[in-house]
Amino acid sequence: MAMLHIVNKSPFERNALKSCLAHALAGDAVLLIEDAVIGAVSGTSLASELQAAMSEQAVSIYALGPDLSARGVSEQRMLDGIQVVDYAGFVDLTVANEKTQSWL
Amino acid sequence: MKYTLMVNEGPYQHQSSDTALQFARAALDKGHEIFRVFFYHDGVNNGTRLAVPPKDDRMLQKEWSELAEKHGLDLVICIAAAQRRGLMDASEAKRQGLTADNIAPGFRISGLGQLIEGGIESDRTLVFGD
Amino acid sequence: MAKKFIYLNRKAPYGTVYALESLEVVLIAAAFEQEVTLAFLDDGVYQIAKGQNPKALGMKNFSATYNALGDYGITQFYVERESLAERGLSEDDLMPIVYEDEDDDYAEKPSVRVVSRAEMAQIMADQDVTFSF
Repeated sequence: MAMLHIVNKSPFERNALKSCLAHALAGDAVLLIEDAVIGAVSGTSLASELQAAMSEQAVSIYALGPDLSARGVSEQRMLDGIQVVDYAGFVDLTVANEKTQSWL
Repeated sequence: MKYTLMVNEGPYQHQSSDTALQFARAALDKGHEIFRVFFYHDGVNNGTRLAVPPKDDRMLQKEWSELAEKHGLDLVICIAAAQRRGLMDASEAKRQGLTADNIAPGFRISGLGQLIEGGIESDRTLVFGD
Repeated sequence: MAKKFIYLNRKAPYGTVYALESLEVVLIAAAFEQEVTLAFLDDGVYQIAKGQNPKALGMKNFSATYNALGDYGITQFYVERESLAERGLSEDDLMPIVYEDEDDDYAEKPSVRVVSRAEMAQIMADQDVTFSF
């Protein structure tokens, strides 16, 4: 019954990711796409919040690889625990999670 | 899986049309079915055939048309949103007393009920927007 | 079997067209015999705020339409309490949206329910289809 939350805006510009994490339930997945991948980088002011979501809230966090590459973010610079997927992986996430919700 | 995709932003200004297109390709490659792509808000602008982007840029409208032709996709433009923004097919242009139409091949103009029907008929409904 | 549709509203009205065109989808959705829920959170709570008057903008005031949705069987408006509080608002700042309950001698009942963030998360999780605007 899990949900795939899709966030596409930088957390430094909009509150979509913050609001998403405040509503995600244990077992849910969050996929960062487009400008939201900026939030997947390690050492940001959001890092501890994302880590808490993964470890305490049991939410899985993914980032879309093509969007990371486009913005020059190498996988080495990603926050530990965030998993990188390509578009095929994005599709698989929508299959694995029964529901999807976009945080526009 | 059967999918309905909703695209809420026009081409170029936002990435949402690109992301939806890449998602649709990846889903089709995996053997899934795209029941419908519904274009709403400024997303209706993905369906103009009059866009002429620079040669070194992608041609999003054409890419949607080609994907539709290759896979028999149902690309639906919301009529209310289209009328606000000047997207017309030949019959609607005639009905409105306009002299031109601009809808791209593979797209059709219809009502919001098509979106709800997509949500009912599909296993997954995804929204791509701003 | 009817599916559960939720319409997620997180943006203020007038600055963008999302609120108005979301409402247009909801009006059509009413004809489909599916379960319809409206969620207002983050800046979306301003969509059903009292006293809207966009006249000087040259725009249509569509806020009265929310109160008409009850006639179409759309009676589940969930508003997030934390979103209100963060914006210095309370339930009193919202329009009194009501519906007539056919099963209770057409008694007028409130459509708006203010819920906590945790309750909102459960309401979201309970849906089949989520339309975001």
